[in-house]
Amino acid sequence: MQETIKIKPGNSWLNLDLKDLWIYRELLYFMTWRDVKIRYKQTTIGVFWAVLQPVLTTAIFTIIFSSFARFDSINVPYPLFALSGILVWLYVNTSITMASNSLIGNTNLVTKIYFPRLIVPIAATLSGLIDLLFGIFLLVLLMLYYGVNLTWQIIFAPVFVLLAILLTLAFGTLFSAVNVRFRDVKFALPFALQIWMFLSPVFYPLEILSEKWQAFFALNPLTGILQGFRASLFGTPFDWFSISLSVALTFILFMLALLVFKRMEDDFADLI
Amino acid sequence: MTTVIKVENLSKVYKLGGANHNSLRDALASFVRKPFAGRKKEELHALKNVSFEVKEGETLGIIGNNGAGKSTLLKILSRITKPTTGVVELCGRVGSLLEVGTGFHSELSGRENIYLNGAILGMKRTEIENKFDEIVAFSEIEKFLDTPVKHYSSGMYMRLAFAVAAHLEPEILIVDEVLAVGDHAFQKKCLNKMQDVSQSGRTVLFVSHDMSAISRICNRAIALSGGKIVLEGDSADVTREYLSTSWGMNAEKIYENASNAPESEFVRLKKARIINEQGETRGSHDIRNRIGIEITYEVLQSGKILLPNYQVYNEGRVHLFTIQDVSKEWKPREKEKGEYVSVGWIPGNLMAEGNFFVNIAVVTHLPTTIVHFHVREVVSFDVTDPMTGDTARGDFGGKMDGAVRPLVDWETRIVK
Repeated sequence: MQETIKIKPGNSWLNLDLKDLWIYRELLYFMTWRDVKIRYKQTTIGVFWAVLQPVLTTAIFTIIFSSFARFDSINVPYPLFALSGILVWLYVNTSITMASNSLIGNTNLVTKIYFPRLIVPIAATLSGLIDLLFGIFLLVLLMLYYGVNLTWQIIFAPVFVLLAILLTLAFGTLFSAVNVRFRDVKFALPFALQIWMFLSPVFYPLEILSEKWQAFFALNPLTGILQGFRASLFGTPFDWFSISLSVALTFILFMLALLVFKRMEDDFADLI
Repeated sequence: MTTVIKVENLSKVYKLGGANHNSLRDALASFVRKPFAGRKKEELHALKNVSFEVKEGETLGIIGNNGAGKSTLLKILSRITKPTTGVVELCGRVGSLLEVGTGFHSELSGRENIYLNGAILGMKRTEIENKFDEIVAFSEIEKFLDTPVKHYSSGMYMRLAFAVAAHLEPEILIVDEVLAVGDHAFQKKCLNKMQDVSQSGRTVLFVSHDMSAISRICNRAIALSGGKIVLEGDSADVTREYLSTSWGMNAEKIYENASNAPESEFVRLKKARIINEQGETRGSHDIRNRIGIEITYEVLQSGKILLPNYQVYNEGRVHLFTIQDVSKEWKPREKEKGEYVSVGWIPGNLMAEGNFFVNIAVVTHLPTTIVHFHVREVVSFDVTDPMTGDTARGDFGGKMDGAVRPLVDWETRIVK
């Protein structure tokens, strides 16, 4: 006999149903693949956007911060410093935006077919990795150009990329669910993201701040991720305080987002 | 035979108004205004204590008019939304075709969409690969396999979408109104495929307005009205009985409460109903008979010419015609205070078969046009052809298109 499915009134807090997500893993693959495929459809320069965005942003920051204002505490060339931060930021920024709009952008699926709803924001988050991949390629080229000496610390770089993905997933799933109910998210998010960028050491080094402020900024989980990513790339000492705080916060946010999403999931089809 | 679907005391309540804040501002505003009052409780009971069972290999038809709860039932069975109370047990994989082509992406090619749509419908990758050629053959789009589907004609699109869906092999298949789209030949293909599915021992739930399709394909049927099961049994019996009663239709609408009745300062609507020539409320009508649309209204203030005005729409929400009181007696005459009943008669042998919806208004044209009230889809009715050969259908037994079906006079002379 086949498996029996029981449909009951829902909204339980602790049933994460991750088994279902595993059963539908192929759908996650296809949805990610779809989002990648259509990402640059009907654009003339296509995937070059993935390269152009970080290049232009880096160029602008370099012009501003190496001629008008200078950060003397950086021990790597500024373009390299900026690009390494911008890559991570662009990924977090675009993917959270995409994920937040993913459920309402797939209304026809949500109201017509059953599948674990989590797949939609996860696919949106994962499809952004293609841009990050191009960006990392660019970063490698720039590192070769400046002749950066790699240290053993480089093996930690992927860990921080993973953390960035996890953090993006947390905010992406959370906002996608909230967006179903409150469309304010669509308007508030770009604004909030912009503020977040200024509060994160994307284009400036954390060291320009006083000790007290550095500790305060470490409450932003992205701070530790950026600090750690740069430390592993450039062989500078790890800032364990901000890194450990960021790991803890990212996991807490991720669990929280999952719980909220699961709690709201049952009503998506009725509210969307 | 084993029971594959067991539905017990299923209810679904939608909260209207208060609960569905579309923006944060509304939610905050209502909280600020009445922090402890809770939410305004306007509720819609889409399903009320529905229970039934379906055995393995059975094909169950579900009928009911708009708002009867069919879609809600299907949405719960296909796990799109959760019930408010009650339990459903399903044995085996459920495939639902609530809308063919769901998840197709217009920028992707036919080939890519087969994979994507297959995955969305719950097929494994290997399963899609194995059936790929079959799907392509069924859809007849071989030449355009690598063209983005946005360049497809709507027919090609539908064929491809149905081909993918039809090759899904769930133990339980849920189908909703697939037949409402596509040309005649395509519909026939779909019906045949569904019959194949049920003959191979799988269970099918089929929802349709098409009574003949229900009685042909299904062995059992249930009829829903107002969220409850009103008829259950052999599909031929259920469809026959359903058509002969006014269950399915909102053939009568009574505004008991003056406070929410449509009105102006001159006139208030009290009741609207669809009647047969004997004056009985009937939701279902023989195509040959006259159909009366009757309203009861109260004139609150004397001195206006008040004329009933009805608009009749078909299922596709095509506005078929508007009728209004143009009788010699009342067209120029002012109405005194009091209660009135007006009937507009639609001649027999004019309407096509199907479901019709009536908007009701009361208007004044002289000296200037005033619409006193205008209410959409107040009542609805159904027209059927008894296939006796004396209607516009003649001896044709198939699906007949056209918004109206007048029985006209014919003259044919031999001129040579």
